[in-house]
Amino acid sequence: MEIQQSQKKENIPLAQNEKSPPLFEVNHLALTFRQYEKGLRESNLRVIRNFDLSINQGEIVAVVGASGSGKSLLADTILGILPEHAETSGNILFQGKILTKENQIRLRGKDIVLIPQSTNALDPLMKVGKQVQSVVKNKHKKAVQERIFQKVGLAKDTSDRYPFELSGGMIRRVLVSTAMVSDAKLVIADEPTPGLDEQARDEAIQYMKKLATEGKAIMFITHDITAALEIADKVAVFYAGETVEIANTEDFSGKGENLRHPYTKALWNALPQNDFIPLKGIQPLPGESVSGCVFAARCPIATDVCTEDVPQLRPLNHGMVRCYHA
Amino acid sequence: MQLKRVSLYVIKKTLKLVSLLIAISVLSFLLVSYSPIDPIQSYIGADMVRVSPEQRDNIAAYWGLDDSKTEQFLNWSKAVLQGNLGTSLIYRAPVADVIAERFLASLILMGIAWLMSGFIGFILGIISGIQEGSWVDRIIKGYCFILASTPAFWLALLCLMLFSVSLGWFPVGLASPAGILTEDVTWLERAKHLVLPALTLSIIGVANVALHTRQKLIEVLGSEYARFAKAKGETGFLLLWRHGLRNISLPAVSLHFASFGELFGGAVLAEQVFSYPGLGQAVVQAGLGGDIPLLLGIVLFSTLFVFAGNLLADLLYQFIDPRMRKEELQ
Amino acid sequence: MIGRTSFPMKVKKWNLRQRTLAVTILSFTLLAGMIGSGILIGPEKMGVDFLSKYLPPSFTHPFGTDWLGRDMLTRTLKGLTLSFSVGLLASTVSTFIALILSLLCSVNKKLDAVVTWFIDLFLSVPHIVILILISFAAGGGFKGVVIGLALTHWPSLTRLLRAEVLQLKNTDYVAVSKAFGKSRMWIARHHLLPHLVPQLIVGFILLFPHAILHEAAITFLGFGLSSEVPAIGIILSESMRYLATGMWWLAFFPGLALLVMVSIFDLLGRSIRKLIDPFHGQKL
Repeated sequence: MEIQQSQKKENIPLAQNEKSPPLFEVNHLALTFRQYEKGLRESNLRVIRNFDLSINQGEIVAVVGASGSGKSLLADTILGILPEHAETSGNILFQGKILTKENQIRLRGKDIVLIPQSTNALDPLMKVGKQVQSVVKNKHKKAVQERIFQKVGLAKDTSDRYPFELSGGMIRRVLVSTAMVSDAKLVIADEPTPGLDEQARDEAIQYMKKLATEGKAIMFITHDITAALEIADKVAVFYAGETVEIANTEDFSGKGENLRHPYTKALWNALPQNDFIPLKGIQPLPGESVSGCVFAARCPIATDVCTEDVPQLRPLNHGMVRCYHA
Repeated sequence: MQLKRVSLYVIKKTLKLVSLLIAISVLSFLLVSYSPIDPIQSYIGADMVRVSPEQRDNIAAYWGLDDSKTEQFLNWSKAVLQGNLGTSLIYRAPVADVIAERFLASLILMGIAWLMSGFIGFILGIISGIQEGSWVDRIIKGYCFILASTPAFWLALLCLMLFSVSLGWFPVGLASPAGILTEDVTWLERAKHLVLPALTLSIIGVANVALHTRQKLIEVLGSEYARFAKAKGETGFLLLWRHGLRNISLPAVSLHFASFGELFGGAVLAEQVFSYPGLGQAVVQAGLGGDIPLLLGIVLFSTLFVFAGNLLADLLYQFIDPRMRKEELQ
Repeated sequence: MIGRTSFPMKVKKWNLRQRTLAVTILSFTLLAGMIGSGILIGPEKMGVDFLSKYLPPSFTHPFGTDWLGRDMLTRTLKGLTLSFSVGLLASTVSTFIALILSLLCSVNKKLDAVVTWFIDLFLSVPHIVILILISFAAGGGFKGVVIGLALTHWPSLTRLLRAEVLQLKNTDYVAVSKAFGKSRMWIARHHLLPHLVPQLIVGFILLFPHAILHEAAITFLGFGLSSEVPAIGIILSESMRYLATGMWWLAFFPGLALLVMVSIFDLLGRSIRKLIDPFHGQKL
């Protein structure tokens, strides 16, 4: 039932795409940290350098990247909750308007909400019910929270418990319910499925889907490409701080012929259910200097041009790709 | 379940205290008994030349100084167990009475200083921690570090010079004015003598709490749950109120309770400068005057005092922190 | 194009490393100056001069003179030198004790419990009371003060080192060495000590402030040194007799000098810690 619904929805925003701007758009986002190394030498660490993405209403866009690609900092950047020694450039648009610092402060928790990854995300000394109620903006905080808890299958007495009394699964449900009680238009789910067993993972995915059917746009940050393909409408592939490809879910099929970027193809073919061919080499470390394409060193089709200039993200076959040879 | 846990806790703490007190008794008795300072001489003082060897031997026999060290220790500890700490040589009064009277005076002094320094330190720590890296933070941090390097008695001298000598607001010394009986001293007089030592101790005590609170707050604000709270739209004062205070108060109060040892040390110095008749002054006099019973008595008592502080610090965690309180549920 | 990790810095503002290095060097120089001048001052400068007694601070006597016409600056510098020597001795002995005890902790659980119990024991009596007790036991005099200071400053450092040792003990390379049949001494020398050295250096320096302040406090209370010795504690204790007459300089400058010396040690210790422990360097 639900699957059909979301597939139906999928077509509407695509059609909208031609006329109105997307709900949420990120262009050329870069993020740099000032940091100290051994002996207190100061240096700048570039974590994200060319991130582009757009999400329409009711759409689930997965941001897929290996760990260490800098994707967990994306959420902080969008919400404007980075530490002080971070510097960003590029722009983020929400409902067609530039997301300034003031807008971020105004919108976060209201129009843009986060589902954090960590089970440490709840205040250890505050009852969980209260922590969820703080998101509800109307008067019936308690009633709203209780209804949502029931909806996600948490017992009534859960709201009077402290986080340490809950299991990991229960905490994840509490975290999801903070997104559900809000009237958010955009939900950023930061790795909601790491290290979960199959059942818990499916449950987490179902919640994402449920949020999307309520009309929320979802940015689903994950390293689990299978999970991403199960629910996402579009997949943004993130490599070493850059968006290398934005593909439609259908493109992930067969041997990946419809995929645009060699990294995406490699990712797809590395899956156990496909050819299970591991990609050789390692991703450049944050701060490592790369001239040209970030993937060139591991790319099977790289040529001289790839190491000279950074390829631009360009539209191709209903998607986007950052590659000279696609 | 709860009862079992409480009784286990009580037993554990009692054992700890008893073992501490026994060890301290043995060690300090050993130290004192090997002192080359002759207790009879310090008892008689300047009249020593007029005391004949026979009289001297009598006194020694009366105090049991001829017995072996072990016997002396056993006699002393037997008496202590019966609540008899002996007689103070300087004050010519039972040690227990001296300690009780003196401690009351010190308790008022330390109590005021403890509350003041805790309150101010906590506030400073929050102001500093919430604006980490700003000039306000730098000033508070620098102030605390300098404070930690400040000799307490020098600060006391400065207060004395400024408020008593230059401004003349407070008397220069002595808790009760000379020539007036202790009972006749008015509360106002007492309070006047209390202000400066309390002020000194309060200023000194601020540094530790402030720096600790600052550090803790920075940790809390950098935590995963603070990140989530920020993502939920909580900022500034709301964030501090909801999550900051909740998570830093307990450690701060606990740390402050655990600092009774330093508080006592500060009191010793402040009482000396302001001639405040508290326990600190008594221990100095006992040490200088060779008053062994009083010295041993105060050593044991101060151990008890520090232990009480640590116990309170621990109790706070055990019974207030929900994670400890509901431990048996897990 | 994106440069390497750091942007070229046209040294406008010093970065943290340079600042910390500068602070370290400056601290060293200042301390050396203070102590050196204290040592170099000969007895001829310490003399009594009744013509110039009770003088407030001036160019010839920056710290003023006392009731015997002695120059307070000279006395203060001598006092600081004494404080430093006592501090040096106390820190050395205490660091050594701390090292031995923390290594004992690594042997087995029982020894660890014993050491922990001793740490608790020493921390359960107010420090100044222990000092008074030891001073009394040694029969007063300078010896009592020095013994007391040297033997009582190890508990907090021991606690720190113990935590480090226990952590190191659980590392893979220690386990491997054990499996290869290396002796305890070998492991202690090759795996534990090298990791403890930074902690030891920092701990050693950070013990100075405590030792110096305690030395001043205990001599101020009248334990130990005779009144001719220019120790800061003695100078301040003597000054109390003249406070009522408004001779503020007798107490103000010597105490301030002590404060400066103690803060420099504190600063030096923290700077060195920042330099050799980069994770600490990230903050503070």
